[in-house]
Amino acid sequence: MSASSETAVKVQRPPAPPRGWSRERIMGWAFVGLWAALGISLVTYLFSAWNPELFAKYAPSYLSGLRVTLTLVAVSIVLGAILSLPICYARMSKNRVLNAVSYGYVYFFRGTPLLAQTFLIYYGFGSFRPQLEAVGLWSFFREAWYCAVFAFALNTAAYQAEILRGAIESVGKGQWEAASALGLSKLQTLYKIVLPQALIVALRPYGNEIILMIKGSAIVAIITVYDLMGETRRAFSRTFDFQTYLWAALLYLSLVEALRHLVDWIERRITRHLHR
Amino acid sequence: MQSVWALLSFGPDGWGDDLAYGVLVTVSLALVTLPLGLLIGFLVALAKQSSEASMRLAGNIYTTIFRGLPELLTLFLVFYGAQIGIQQVVRLVRPEAVVEINSFVAGMLALGVVFSSYASEVFLSAFRAIPRGQYEGGYSVGLSSRQTMRLVILPQLVRIALPGLSNLWLILLKDTALVSAIGLTDIVRQSSIAARVTKHAFMFFGVACLIYLALAIISSFGIGAIERWVGKREAQR
Repeated sequence: MSASSETAVKVQRPPAPPRGWSRERIMGWAFVGLWAALGISLVTYLFSAWNPELFAKYAPSYLSGLRVTLTLVAVSIVLGAILSLPICYARMSKNRVLNAVSYGYVYFFRGTPLLAQTFLIYYGFGSFRPQLEAVGLWSFFREAWYCAVFAFALNTAAYQAEILRGAIESVGKGQWEAASALGLSKLQTLYKIVLPQALIVALRPYGNEIILMIKGSAIVAIITVYDLMGETRRAFSRTFDFQTYLWAALLYLSLVEALRHLVDWIERRITRHLHR
Repeated sequence: MQSVWALLSFGPDGWGDDLAYGVLVTVSLALVTLPLGLLIGFLVALAKQSSEASMRLAGNIYTTIFRGLPELLTLFLVFYGAQIGIQQVVRLVRPEAVVEINSFVAGMLALGVVFSSYASEVFLSAFRAIPRGQYEGGYSVGLSSRQTMRLVILPQLVRIALPGLSNLWLILLKDTALVSAIGLTDIVRQSSIAARVTKHAFMFFGVACLIYLALAIISSFGIGAIERWVGKREAQR
């Protein structure tokens, strides 16, 4: 008995890992220092290049550009969400034709660049001007803004349909069976049981899709819509002052970060019942 | 009115050869960007899973910045920013110098950093899927930490990260369309030129979309082959 307690005392514990300046730690701080230096030089550059005239001239147009970006994204996300419902239905249906058509739609819009789709609609539909004029749609497709909304809504509908499908399929089959055993109709089951569970799964992908849209919406500047990027390009082409781009970068970055944190917060909030 | 096939034919009248050149530029840009992005992404992922808090912070700042900026803006920042920066350095030596940065290199750098910031997240989640025991097993048979990484961790990491990375490859392929905005003659730019000259805009942009679709389909065949190859190595062990 005493022997065992003796060995217990004598046992040599491994030394605590040294918390010195390992190579990794030095490198880590070097990188952090590099970022800090970049940040400080950015701030000092923006301070030294501060030009009240420039600011007074372009700050309002940046704000209007930001408004255009947000409106564009909001409108196309909402239209895309509405459009994604029938696509998602078709994608999940057992009807072979519906399935093939919706698969083709989703494959096309996810497999080609948004830029090419936007060009196809904005410049391409111009080829059908007589026909469009005959139907009275030409005034719609003549405007870059409407074309951008149209292209973005079609594009995001394909992505949102896939998000919705993935979320609905993530809910177990047993949920459907249990609901039908209780005598709920299909639609009731969908609204009261499946969707509340599916939307929790879908929240993060939806948030990512909105962020992708905000970032993707920068390309409308190429088809002469003056969103945030378009205003930036206009300001740069007039002043050749590089700070125009840096301001746009700061605006976009804070927009995306704010949205990302909002999604995180909502997710924490609506999954409270899942944490124990 | 020329026929569609005459417009798409190869030769002085048709635009087939121009479009083919655009495909070459797009594909080579994507292929050159891929290793750059994978390498940076892997290093950033290593930093982000380090036990050292400062390293993690540095890696996270990198991802936050380049995932938050629009790709087009990153492209312009690199294109104009590098041009202005290099010009200022060169003007210290030769005041009259005018620097023109190659748009291919600018596109490669911009798409590379964007790709790497997404790839680092894919690698990071793959790192987290590998249990600690794999490292410990490697050390206990006497492998150095570098050998453990190369011989034990990496082969598993590739297998886990492959689906995510192949997604990123398809995104990269589509993002290359943006370089047309800085004047690189890729598929989109060539078809814009063709559309402007021939007034067959819908046809040419439709063809551009179909080319991208074809590239995506070819890629998914290639990815399938790589997945089978990696899976076979798994089965042999």
